[in-house]
Amino acid sequence: MSHLDLLTFARGSALNWALMLCVAGVVLRLFEIFALGRKADLARPRTVSPGSGWRTMATRSLPPEGMLKRDPVTYIGGYVFHLGLLVTIFFFAPHVEFIRSMTGLGWPGLPAPLVDALAVAAMMALGILLAHRLNNPVKRMLSGNGDYLAWALTLLPLLTGYLAYHHLLSEYTLMLALHLFSAGLLLALLPFTKLFHTFSLFISRWYNGDISARKGVAS
Amino acid sequence: MKQAQQPEALPGTVGEGLAQRGISRREFLKFCTSLAALLALPPSMASAVAEAISKARRQSVIWLSFQECTGCTESITRSHSPTLENLIFDLISLDYHHTLQAASAEAAEHAREQAMQDNAGKYLLVVDGSIPLGNPGFSTIAGISNHDMLVETAKGAAAIVAVGTCAAFGGIPKADPNPTGAVAVGDIVKDKPIINVPGCPPIPVVMTGVLAHFLTFGSIPELDELGRPKSFYGETIHDRCYRRPFYDQGKFAKSFDDEAARKGWCLFELGCKGPVTYNACATTKWNDGTSFPIQSGHGCIGCSEPNFWDAGPLYKALSMPVSATPAMLGTAAAAGVAAGVVITWHNRSAKAAAKTAHEKVTVQDLAREDK
Repeated sequence: MSHLDLLTFARGSALNWALMLCVAGVVLRLFEIFALGRKADLARPRTVSPGSGWRTMATRSLPPEGMLKRDPVTYIGGYVFHLGLLVTIFFFAPHVEFIRSMTGLGWPGLPAPLVDALAVAAMMALGILLAHRLNNPVKRMLSGNGDYLAWALTLLPLLTGYLAYHHLLSEYTLMLALHLFSAGLLLALLPFTKLFHTFSLFISRWYNGDISARKGVAS
Repeated sequence: MKQAQQPEALPGTVGEGLAQRGISRREFLKFCTSLAALLALPPSMASAVAEAISKARRQSVIWLSFQECTGCTESITRSHSPTLENLIFDLISLDYHHTLQAASAEAAEHAREQAMQDNAGKYLLVVDGSIPLGNPGFSTIAGISNHDMLVETAKGAAAIVAVGTCAAFGGIPKADPNPTGAVAVGDIVKDKPIINVPGCPPIPVVMTGVLAHFLTFGSIPELDELGRPKSFYGETIHDRCYRRPFYDQGKFAKSFDDEAARKGWCLFELGCKGPVTYNACATTKWNDGTSFPIQSGHGCIGCSEPNFWDAGPLYKALSMPVSATPAMLGTAAAAGVAAGVVITWHNRSAKAAAKTAHEKVTVQDLAREDK
């Protein structure tokens, strides 16, 4: 099997299965979460604060006050990583083409060197965050295999993409195939690992904001 | 250059032949300098190349054409006329070639057998076209199957040059569903050095360059893991493409006739396979360095790569899935909902069962516990 054959398989059957597992898994988990339901809250809300859930979705995403004093590594690393990953996934021109082919939605990509720099920043942040996780006793105690798996699943597409773009370590076609395999692995496992926070994050933030408002601590 | 006439008696060495045809040493040295550059040799090697070529005896070449379209031959004929490159044809003795030889029928086959006999162990075998293994009758020459002719002719060859993607990797005849059971030369011949010169067709100067290398050094050039000469197939089209800066800037043509295409922006989004195609099109170009497909406004189709015909749609960007469709994702979403219903039913049943099984603890129960 030549490298091009491997790439064709990675872009073909392998990616099809990964995408289908991802979509089915995400729908399944969202369905499960929503179908859990909540008992009707018969108590009168302590404060009337419409839109608190929506506001919380925004406020919890912004840098909190005193974050640099509390835990600068986690906060800065977290922001750098998430921003870098977001731009790399959604604004690298070949990725935009991928999204366009699947959804019909497209937008202009950013210059490759800029995306490249942000991808490097994201990878460095991932490295620092892992080191911090291992060195910080509390974080280490809270971490399980699932956390390390999620870390590796996220790093691999970034790393293989970077190596492919720069023609490092291996021949481009092979590295591109590995990049697609790693992206496929990420997609397939995303719904069933902590990476599902991609979808559940804003749902839970909305719920927390809304329920807190009913209990008198509206955002 | 003067029109070469077939001499009555072939000169002993290439140098003698050139002198006989009135080609000056200056002209020859110029040719060798460009040849050295083409072969990725330092300029200082030009005189050594000239020395080696002029002293070499004309190399006997047998060219076998199997399941092919003659595009490779069409291509190589474009390399020499009317430029100095037709020297290459003076450097070799093309003893057998269906399309180019004058002899036909038994005389043609006799020429092949004679060349094999006279130059046993020394002749260069060039093959274009794939070899059908499905049925020997799919492609025959003088009643001999392609397989048998290849095996027989390869025995006495010094080296084999598999010209074109069909000979090198199976090419279009091998494309799914491969009705003839086509294979490449390298799938059959295992005991001879094989130089793969893929392309559909290969670049003329790449073919002649490989022949010149063999003639100059008496050995095969440095090859990559797919058996291709590194000097021509060492880099991708994309990395040498003059449109590459537009790729880096994120400037892409969206259709073949839009404003961006007219400005010469990158053709990646229109399916260009330049990033995964190793060939020299972007540097040597075609038709005496006039242009190459991307310069003409069409993306690279990756014709020099193995199985390029089955490597996804030609007009889909390399980063697009080959066969995934929105309908496929819709089906997956429906499957997700169905699985969600089953799990929810299970969750609710478990909840209901727990509720039913729940026993209220009374004061008496607690009292009993105390005892």
